[in-house]
Amino acid sequence: MSQVIRSPKMYDVCVIGSGAGGGTAAKILTEGGLSVALIEAGPPVYPEKDFKMLMWPYELPHRGIGVGGRAAENFGEFLAPNGAWDIEGEPYTSAPGSNFQWFRSRIVGGRTNHWGRIALRFAPIDFKSATRDGLGDDWPIAYDDLSPYYDKVESYIGVFGTRENVSSAPDGMFLPPPKPRCTDLIVKKACDKIDVICIPSRLAILTKSVNGRLPCHYCGQCGRGCVTASNFSSSQVMIPPAMKTGKLTMITGAMAREVILGKDGKAEGVSYIDKATRTEKRVNARAVVLAASACESARLLLNSKSPQFSNGLANSSGAVGKYLTDSVGSDGWGIIPQLEKMPPHNHDGVGGMHMYIPWWKFDRKNDFPRGYHIEFGGGRDMPGVGEFNDLLHEEEGYGATLKKRARQTYGTGIGMAGRGEMIPNPDTYCEIDPSVVDKWGIPVLRFHFKWSEYEIRQAKDMQETFRAIIEAAGGEYKTKTPLGGERPFGIAEGGKIIHEVGTARMGSDPKSSVLNGFCQAHDVKNVFVMDGAPLVTNPDKNPTLTIMALAWRASEYLLDEAKKGNL
Amino acid sequence: MTENSVTRRDILRTLAVGAAGGSVLQVIPAKAAEYAHELVHNEKAASPAGKYVPKYFSAHQYEMLLMLCDTIIPKDDKSGGAVEAGAPEFIDLLTSENEDWQLAFGGGLQWLDNFCSDRYSNVFLDCTPEQRKEVLDLIAFRKNAKQDPSLSQGVAFFALLRRRTCDGFYTSKIGIEDLQYIGNTALREFPGCPPLPEA
Repeated sequence: MSQVIRSPKMYDVCVIGSGAGGGTAAKILTEGGLSVALIEAGPPVYPEKDFKMLMWPYELPHRGIGVGGRAAENFGEFLAPNGAWDIEGEPYTSAPGSNFQWFRSRIVGGRTNHWGRIALRFAPIDFKSATRDGLGDDWPIAYDDLSPYYDKVESYIGVFGTRENVSSAPDGMFLPPPKPRCTDLIVKKACDKIDVICIPSRLAILTKSVNGRLPCHYCGQCGRGCVTASNFSSSQVMIPPAMKTGKLTMITGAMAREVILGKDGKAEGVSYIDKATRTEKRVNARAVVLAASACESARLLLNSKSPQFSNGLANSSGAVGKYLTDSVGSDGWGIIPQLEKMPPHNHDGVGGMHMYIPWWKFDRKNDFPRGYHIEFGGGRDMPGVGEFNDLLHEEEGYGATLKKRARQTYGTGIGMAGRGEMIPNPDTYCEIDPSVVDKWGIPVLRFHFKWSEYEIRQAKDMQETFRAIIEAAGGEYKTKTPLGGERPFGIAEGGKIIHEVGTARMGSDPKSSVLNGFCQAHDVKNVFVMDGAPLVTNPDKNPTLTIMALAWRASEYLLDEAKKGNL
Repeated sequence: MTENSVTRRDILRTLAVGAAGGSVLQVIPAKAAEYAHELVHNEKAASPAGKYVPKYFSAHQYEMLLMLCDTIIPKDDKSGGAVEAGAPEFIDLLTSENEDWQLAFGGGLQWLDNFCSDRYSNVFLDCTPEQRKEVLDLIAFRKNAKQDPSLSQGVAFFALLRRRTCDGFYTSKIGIEDLQYIGNTALREFPGCPPLPEA
């Protein structure tokens, strides 16, 4: 059969994964003069061909929901490739009683091709939450350690926003925000009435040209991928400068299988399955950066067993796969009669929210720990499949009346989504499934997931707030959520918010953490993890910006250590 | 598809020129996008109406589907109806690819014929317009199923068909224009909200 093909070449660093963290690492490391092999499980991305920017639903025979309607569950055919809850031949399992959903994207750039572009800094308190309320653990680093790197990332990728001085949502290096949509003005006014903070959002979308990238053209379709790279994706913003150095070797279609440990106790490379030929190949490197996404990196560490690390590489603490969290999510919507009177107008704007509600109850006692923010949208968006699902839930009959009702209600809905902090718990983790392998022969992950009373009370609070805002706006709140069952108060299934982090957390104590504050493994000095896995807490801020700031900082540290000969 | 990507390249070129040259155009690629829609439209027009060969439904079923879609969203003084907008083709394509849809729509249409045969001794299409209206007025409202549980399968079928007809119609050019959606175009500045009417 096939034999392992060893490339004679020795790279300085092998980076696994080309998303937010891997792309950042590739850029910083190559610009710092190191040679980098970047291995990516998916194919290259070709924005002009692959992104469906400015297409109408009727230009696709399936109108956006794909063959048999099956793309609908993966956010539709319009989504930039290749995100999916299920990848053929690459399963994962959930333990009995758990239902965890894992959204993966095998392509250069990973999930940054289609992410929500919400770019929020963690707040100073988020690094010290345990000190405040005794739950979980503090980070080994503080906001001040990361703040200069938030500055660097924001200045480089371009983030719009405004300086607001809200303690739960620190200000950053912002481009000007886009003008508010009608829905923003209505929600803002309602929030003012009931003393809820509502401010311009912070999204990684250019409202001015940055580094030659064109400013946004306001088609409202960032999720489809942006052909002009006017929003941030790793594939279009991090990889090109790395390529330009001449120091980057990109290996696509490469499914990492194991980090190889040398006799000296250091990693000496990565073995991967070349998907095209189904052969095992190997990259030799002086250091390894795992940035395959939090759970995929945990899987890789757990699958990298050796006499020295029988429970998985860099896992003497046993913390790999543990401390898994996702954001708490609960959604709702209402009808705003005022919007019926709006004349037709272009409401597209940027692809995402122009305003949002940061966590505003940080100064009072709540019946749950930590907090959440609220994203909202609605109004006269481009009609799509499912446009009138909610209307048709109530509206009956057929014919001219139905058509009139559709005209009348189009664009009058406002949807809200709460995104909050989950506290790590011992019932929520991932491990290697003892009996299942994927089609590449690699053992897969098995997930355990459980919301605690903390998160459920938070979801309850979200629902009450959504209702209060919609009613303060003179609207009718439509969402009804159960008090119990599997999803009390509409709390999303674990993984559904796609903010899964924490599975190789950093910490100052090697007995309870995998990495130090520079994302470097306590056990193996030339192994780093630079995705969502190092995060100690998962505050109500979407993790991507923090993943990039941590990766930038860790990469500079790696460069420094390499120069000193410490790796 | 080739035409579309050419069009999108045109759009990009226009965008790039617009940004680099500081063009004063407010709406840049609307014309280019319009061109793509024309292409799709012309392609459809090239095959004469009625020539569509259903991928899943039998000729009889498809005729029922046409009639039902047309009843759910008819032409009115503002816009064309669901049939003109291609909703039946959309439903047929998706049904041909999905076993759940096959059961729901294939079985639902058969239920409708069975129901009409029991009640009027004719299949749906052979009923008088008054009889058809009577049946639809029964299955188009959920409350009827509460009073008469024997209608519940028909009510479920009609609710699903109504949903899918709306999907097909409101993702078509006709349906999107009917709603007066304005956008899917490139702007140099986002204008924001026009003056809000009083609440």
